Amino acid sequence: MAERSIETRRGIKCRVREAGRGEPLLFLHGAGGLFASEPLLDALAERFHVFAPTWPGFGAEAGEEALEDMLDFTLHGWDVVEALGLVRPLLVGHSLGGMIAAEMAAVNNASVEKLALIAPAGVWLDAHPIPDMFAMTPFELPGYLFADAKAGEALLTSGLDMKNNEALKNFMVANSRRLGTAGKLLFPIPNRRFSKRAYRVSAKTLICWGNQDRLIPPVYAEAWQRLISQAEIARIEGAGHMITLEKPAELAAALAKFLA
Amino acid sequence: MKFTFFNLMPWPHLPDGFREKHRSVWVDLPNAMYDPLEGNRVYHEYMDQLEYAESLGFDGIGVNEHHQNGYGLMPSPNIIAAGLARRTSRAAIAVIGNSIALYNPPIRVAEEFAMLDVISGGRLLAGFPVGTPMDTNFCYGQIPALTRDKYYEAHDLIMRAWREREPFAFDGKYTQLRHVNLWPRPIQQPHPPIYIPGGGSVETWEWCARMDYNYSYLSFGGYLAGQAMLEGFYEHVAKLNKDESPYRSAFAQVIAVADTDQEAEELYAEHILYFFNRCLHVYPGFSDPPGYRTIKTIQGGKLDQLRAEAQREYATLTWKNLVERGFVIAGSPATVRERCEDMIKRLHVGHIFCLLQSGNMPDWKTRKSTKLFAEKVMPHLRDLWPDWKGDDRWWCKPYDARVRPEETFPGGERDVRAHAARKV
Repeated sequence: MAERSIETRRGIKCRVREAGRGEPLLFLHGAGGLFASEPLLDALAERFHVFAPTWPGFGAEAGEEALEDMLDFTLHGWDVVEALGLVRPLLVGHSLGGMIAAEMAAVNNASVEKLALIAPAGVWLDAHPIPDMFAMTPFELPGYLFADAKAGEALLTSGLDMKNNEALKNFMVANSRRLGTAGKLLFPIPNRRFSKRAYRVSAKTLICWGNQDRLIPPVYAEAWQRLISQAEIARIEGAGHMITLEKPAELAAALAKFLA
Repeated sequence: MKFTFFNLMPWPHLPDGFREKHRSVWVDLPNAMYDPLEGNRVYHEYMDQLEYAESLGFDGIGVNEHHQNGYGLMPSPNIIAAGLARRTSRAAIAVIGNSIALYNPPIRVAEEFAMLDVISGGRLLAGFPVGTPMDTNFCYGQIPALTRDKYYEAHDLIMRAWREREPFAFDGKYTQLRHVNLWPRPIQQPHPPIYIPGGGSVETWEWCARMDYNYSYLSFGGYLAGQAMLEGFYEHVAKLNKDESPYRSAFAQVIAVADTDQEAEELYAEHILYFFNRCLHVYPGFSDPPGYRTIKTIQGGKLDQLRAEAQREYATLTWKNLVERGFVIAGSPATVRERCEDMIKRLHVGHIFCLLQSGNMPDWKTRKSTKLFAEKVMPHLRDLWPDWKGDDRWWCKPYDARVRPEETFPGGERDVRAHAARKV
């Protein structure tokens, strides 16, 4: 995918991947950032004009200090839409990105017609506590993120040479920035009271969930459906939390059907 | 040199096989393992030891703050310090310290420290830790990436509250107060000496040096490993053209004294191993949440190695390892003297926090070791910094006519001012 730099009205610089033709679609990545290869985006680009910005804290550009709370992140999302010159884009977000997309749709409801949330964070059920991602060692993480932990581990660490100290340090710095930034919305409990604002979401909404999601269990799909007035659920078999990497074709098909 | 007797207040009943059954001594250790009635005995034993240390001539007695922790039973060190302030009369009361980012509003710490300073007659040393990730993030829910920012704001508020003599408004990012007006305020003016317990973050070195705060390196990794940290701090002191007084820094060290080296091992090894093997069994996932450490510190890389390797090693350390590598200074008074001198000179420190109680050490052993240290080690180490004699910038300045528990006043009257007037 092609990549370019934009600068928001606030002065934050970020990189945006772009591909395809058709209706504009803004994709917001999860707490792991955009991976080198994102097969979901490639598949979506066959039908839509896909824009995938890298969030501050997740790429080479600085600027994450400016984003501290839910409103900062939400407004940054709209600043990116403005900087890209998009009008009423289809809004798709995964995990942390889903949390932000939902807030964007609540705050500025007139500008979102269709919203797709892929295993979004941001709702908490006492009966189904979400495991503490911030207290997990890198070895435990794949077991929570993927239906197939072994294959997932290979995806997470691809290209990383654990024996090279400099590479390891760079990985730790990047990881600390990514998850440190994500922690502003997700720590210690991933709930910034979207439920209070959910009534404002007027977009038609699709909620996608992997049946084998062990990070945010599939029961959360119904919780989101109860909060949003026009929401349907698509469940993906054989996928954990990282559906985007594990079942990109199936996910892309479900999204295309809904968004088209 | 100034010596402070420190008691971490460990729970002495972590069972055999504890490491296998529980992933961490800290954060999520089920409190079913805590027995409140035994806790009553333990608190009094530990507080008695702190008071005993004063009677032996230690310059200070020290406490600190931990939460949900099997080796640190002081969620509120101020409560222990308040007890000590009443029952002691000479020693500095070192509260190292209160994690100021945790209190809402942080003015609470300014108030409680002022109370302690007033009750103790100006004997408080005020510590402001950022706090470990276990305490600050996992037990008290602070967002890792914002913890430091909140910490600095809390610091600014507390210091201003101690200095101002008129009410003021404070418009912070984390705390907004319309009327800040401290009652009481501390005896020590403009404020008690400030101690910053640091783990080894680059920013803390620079900040302590710039603010003229005491940098206290508190780890259990011993003085050989601690050397790099103190060197890092003094590099910043030099860069800022400040004098290099050893009293700018403090170091915590596990120490055990017996009549002979052999006896030290026989008496203390099992308890100190209990501390290293069980009490320091912290789940690695709790020790470094992303965002807690600054990028500069990760890039500095010193801490990584220290932490990651130490974590793995604590489980398997033997007595021989502990002593050889300086995790523990143990032996006869002569041996301990020699090694302490080496430690003090290597680290260039003027204050030692002596960890003489360790793990599940019974009271009589703690007292034996403490007494031997006070009588046969401490006196020989007093004047290691002749060039800095009388440098008390980082020590408390007690009000000399303060109320002392051992003194009775004529007619049972406890009027400090009248007493002070008589003295003049």
